[in-house]
Amino acid sequence: MARGFAIKRLPGFATVAIVCFVVLYLPIATLVAYAFNSGMSIAIWEGFSFRWFVAAWHNEQVIETSLRSLNIAVIAASIATVAATMAALATTRTNPYPGLTFKYAFINQPLMVPEIVTAVALLIFFSRIKVWTGYSGLGYLIAAHTAFCIPFAYLPIRARLESMDLTLEFAAADLYATPWQAFKRVTFPLLWPGILSGFMLAFVISLDDVVITEFVKSGGQDTLPTYMLGQVRRVITPEINAISTVFLILSVLIVTLFFFVSRKKL
Amino acid sequence: MTSAREIGEAAVREDVRTRWLLSAPALIIIFFAAIGPLFIMLLYSFMVKGDYGDVKFWQFSLDGWFKVILERDIFDDTVTLADAHLSVLWRSIKLSLATTVLCLIFGFPTAYFIATRSERWREVWLFLVTIPFWTNLLIRTFAVQELIRNEGIINSLLLRSGVIAAPIQMMFTDFAVMIGMVYVFLPLMVLPLYASMEKLDFRLIEAGYDLYAGRFQVLRRIIVPLVKPGIIAGSILVFIPALGAYVTPRLLGGGKSLMLGNLIDLQFGQGRDWPLGSALSITLMAMVMIALLIYVRSASGTGARHG
Repeated sequence: MARGFAIKRLPGFATVAIVCFVVLYLPIATLVAYAFNSGMSIAIWEGFSFRWFVAAWHNEQVIETSLRSLNIAVIAASIATVAATMAALATTRTNPYPGLTFKYAFINQPLMVPEIVTAVALLIFFSRIKVWTGYSGLGYLIAAHTAFCIPFAYLPIRARLESMDLTLEFAAADLYATPWQAFKRVTFPLLWPGILSGFMLAFVISLDDVVITEFVKSGGQDTLPTYMLGQVRRVITPEINAISTVFLILSVLIVTLFFFVSRKKL
Repeated sequence: MTSAREIGEAAVREDVRTRWLLSAPALIIIFFAAIGPLFIMLLYSFMVKGDYGDVKFWQFSLDGWFKVILERDIFDDTVTLADAHLSVLWRSIKLSLATTVLCLIFGFPTAYFIATRSERWREVWLFLVTIPFWTNLLIRTFAVQELIRNEGIINSLLLRSGVIAAPIQMMFTDFAVMIGMVYVFLPLMVLPLYASMEKLDFRLIEAGYDLYAGRFQVLRRIIVPLVKPGIIAGSILVFIPALGAYVTPRLLGGGKSLMLGNLIDLQFGQGRDWPLGSALSITLMAMVMIALLIYVRSASGTGARHG
């Protein structure tokens, strides 16, 4: 191969790429930096301090909405992961059967419809149910979150299952394992990383949701994102940066974990 | 007498039945908390609007759909085009297309850059694109807002350095919404583009150079055609969420630069016109479905996947 002529090189591409990476991280980096500002401003640096983290920690609404977010995310992601695992077992490692395509379309539907559309549809449907039943608890939010978490949990679980063949399950059956025993002792341990990835993805998606939550929530049911959405319209202090920073760290930790778990080979 | 074939068929039927039972919970949850409500919304779009939001049940009317594009004058009953709605509709399409094109312009070189690194570095760069992709969209929009607002960082830097005398109004413009959307949706363009560039056979490029092609010719005649599935997938993945964007235009566009999502929101908030809101939602969904259909048509056979 001829030296001195880099066939992969295209002039200007690397520059644009580097600019893109800088631009991707610059706003986030400034947001995080100003969380440590000792002044009231989100634009004028006055010195380093943790005061806004302390302020956020002592803000009852922040704590309350954070706990509600975590609560909803844990429940919704758990139900979604169980439902998605069962659905993945039902839709992989088989010859095509009537309804298989229908199931794929159905499970992936929440990905296809714009969030705002699902949000107002749920608002219409749930407000009617609220009138009929009088119930206005967290159940609506949990149901809505579970539904849009299912396709996200389903993706990694299905991917994992597709890389596993049925040989080991057949071997278990030959050794007189019942289907349940075979699942518990063979399939589940092998599938576990996929299930964990699915759960983490669903958890992050639920935690991040603004639009659907904003429309489905009843009074006093703000989650951290909807609380923040309400706050950023007012006069803002670096407190919101401090909350965002903690939120970001949590997301990055989960995503990093997800990266390593989902890369684990069979 | 039962033959082996019949036993086999019975086993298959049994297996299919088990598979339906297993998928039932997921299907039921999605039906009740995602798909079913869409049909109810379709029904609502054909009802008479209630006085304080909601609808007058079982009183049907085409008013909701009528008002999507038309307007009846309250004094003389003349019918005109609803300019307010049409301008929002037009802005949504315009901004989404502009966002898609800009993401492609910036995303293409970025994806190419990642694809041409050594294997170890590729993973690092890819990870750097994936992180913003999974971090909260609200926070990322908010980060952009902090930079461009009147008392934000860009303006206060320019003011203090004396370049400008008064802050530049960037917030609440179409430009702000577009910048915000390019920023939040860029990873959605880079990831599918990278996926198809990773498979690029660089021997073909070498062959192109051997045949005296210039850099630009190689790009246009070899690379672009080869990564076309990635270009289409990335464009669709950016265009669809941009069309349905709600948070970004709400924070950066405010009341001045509404997109379709915000117009829908208005009908359920201040407007109290649920049938119109429902009709607008279905319009938005139909636009997305058309975009998806075009994608499926053009991508059939390439096996491109979401993600």
